[in-house]
Amino acid sequence: MDLVVKNGRLVDPARKVDAVADIVIRSGKIQSIGSATVPEIPVFDATGLIVAPGFFDIHVHLREPGTEEAETIATGGSAAVAGGFTAVAAMPNTKPPNDDPSITHYIISEARRSSPARVFPIGAITKEQKGETLAEIGEMFEAGIVGISDDGKPVMDARLFRRALEYAGMFDMPVIQHCEDLHLAKDGVMHEGVYSTRLGLKGIPAAAEETMVSRDLILAEMTGSKYHVAHLSTRRSLERVREAKSRGLRVTAEVTPHHFTLTDSAVADYDTNAKMNPPLRSSDDLAAIVEGISDGTIDAIASDHAPHHVNVKMLEFDRAAFGITGLETAVGLALTKLPLSITRLIELFSINPQKIMKVVPWGLFEGSDADLTILDLNRTWTFDVNQSRSRSRNSPFYGWPMKGKAVGTIVGGKVVFQDRA
Amino acid sequence: MLKRKDLLGIQDISREEILEILDTAESFQEVSTRPIKKVPTLRGKTIINLFFEASTRTRTSFEIAGKRLSADVVNISASTSSISKGETLIDTARTLDAMAADCVVIRHSASGAPHTLSRLTHASIINGGDGAHEHPTQALLDAYIIRKRKGRLNDLKVAIIGDIAHSRVARSNVHLLTKFGTQVWLCSAPTLMPPGVEKIVCDRSEFLHVTHSMDQAVKQADVVMMLRVQFERMSESFFPSVREYFRYYGLTRERAERAKPDVIIMHPGPINRGVEIATDVADGPYSVILDQVSAGVAVRMAILFLLLGS
Repeated sequence: MDLVVKNGRLVDPARKVDAVADIVIRSGKIQSIGSATVPEIPVFDATGLIVAPGFFDIHVHLREPGTEEAETIATGGSAAVAGGFTAVAAMPNTKPPNDDPSITHYIISEARRSSPARVFPIGAITKEQKGETLAEIGEMFEAGIVGISDDGKPVMDARLFRRALEYAGMFDMPVIQHCEDLHLAKDGVMHEGVYSTRLGLKGIPAAAEETMVSRDLILAEMTGSKYHVAHLSTRRSLERVREAKSRGLRVTAEVTPHHFTLTDSAVADYDTNAKMNPPLRSSDDLAAIVEGISDGTIDAIASDHAPHHVNVKMLEFDRAAFGITGLETAVGLALTKLPLSITRLIELFSINPQKIMKVVPWGLFEGSDADLTILDLNRTWTFDVNQSRSRSRNSPFYGWPMKGKAVGTIVGGKVVFQDRA
Repeated sequence: MLKRKDLLGIQDISREEILEILDTAESFQEVSTRPIKKVPTLRGKTIINLFFEASTRTRTSFEIAGKRLSADVVNISASTSSISKGETLIDTARTLDAMAADCVVIRHSASGAPHTLSRLTHASIINGGDGAHEHPTQALLDAYIIRKRKGRLNDLKVAIIGDIAHSRVARSNVHLLTKFGTQVWLCSAPTLMPPGVEKIVCDRSEFLHVTHSMDQAVKQADVVMMLRVQFERMSESFFPSVREYFRYYGLTRERAERAKPDVIIMHPGPINRGVEIATDVADGPYSVILDQVSAGVAVRMAILFLLLGS
């Protein structure tokens, strides 16, 4: 695809780029950056807008195969580009789970066929995510996975997790853990604290996450492998990661937008759109996460986009499914709620996610895939869940006013989303 | 009359509303002593008792209260209904609403189930106990007894002892009694004390105390409220044995004597004799356990009348 992105402010912290210029795209790749007049190809006027390397959400659930009533690779991909993401990493807890190269192949080929966003599959750590024996990690790596995780089903067996770290080290892939000690968290449905006690709901203590983060960091140090903490949610987890990084461990961590915008008080009315795992935490945890984003302890913002059909959400709080959608609100929430420079924001949404998943890098340089996210920092808008491109509607951010939005998403030189005022 | 559709919990109702319910209950108490125990107040109204959990006293109490007010009362229990065929709470709610019920009394093991129901129905919803959240009508009848026996609801020492973690009765009583400025002492083993409980009443925390010493809780108490150990909700080990539980948290005559001489002993029932309360105490002179049951009918008549009457 050919395109000229005209007159935008190009920002790419990885290449120390911050200047107003044009980008000429030929056959899906960046041909040149500078001042361009190429009359024969179409123009995307980016005057007054930020042009960034394509954003990459490294934690999404696309639900295909198996739960297509909630989301498909096509609808999830469409929601991704509408939220400004040119790429997503798909968690393996599909039905069947992505624990086998044939599933990996299916996801990749279906994404090529139907998704406007690029899709990088994550493989399961263990067969059927049962936490018993290692899945075919090497074969899945060759089929195209970028990391391994039993997301949602933490690997409780420390010996097995050690082996997973050791084995994945052979491919230098990150081992991604949803940190939750299942004994401490048993039957819990929200953060354990004053609110859970007042509401009479079973709590998931912060310690359920923190004890597993601590254990995993020791195993990561022992094996020297790449370890990534998914959706970190508490102050003490953050402190453990900060300490591990200061000692040079190969550790990275992501946070979700809901953990820097909402606390457990949002559950007050038994709203099942405030039910997710890890749960919304205390205001002190939220403050710690915002600090961690600013000081670099946190590497990435990922949505943990978890679409669910209304049938499994409109239930008693105890019985409702965990999770909310997030692809279309992540960037808006970060721009609205976080006191960040634009370069730091782009690190969190693009540069660091690419490094964590060790994908072939893209960015604002000649020869790169032309995957671009175009932001309007001044656009005020309100999220309307009924206009969502996701197949599901389970968002607590319905009606939230935001400032700042992705207004253009370009994948391989093709404008796959635009929202011009 | 209460200016609200539902009674979902004590947390969000005012002292004035509570007093209106208690005063009205006093006037209804007399009805239960008549040879013909019936007034025509709610004739033509339909009340549905929707019970997803086993209950003897609450369900029967609501049924009698409704019938004494001449309402039509229908009982639905989970085992005999479409719920056992997989119908969701939401569809059940819509079905009942389509039959134009005026009031649904719901008991459910999931905290917040009455709130979910309330959003979907035109009928008044009365929370008959939801999970470990609230049991507002129990707290109101407890307050009725306390006020009758002590002459006031303020400046008392009330000890609530036992399985606080699983108790909706404890939570509703804490909300109610602290609203009136009574000192409430919660007492249990640390394993049965839910985290952050001392802060659940927000601005009334000065009236709420937490201890694991039963002697400290009972000392000079005006009211001792014992809670049942809810074995059916326990999926883990909270204490080593019933024997050891009784040793630390069983109410014996000897312990009861550390309270004020005119102490009243309460229990929401059903009681586990020899687990949280000794038989001689449960049946002894301080016990008002059966008075609580009688008051339950009058208080529930008052609530039904104030929500549904015109």
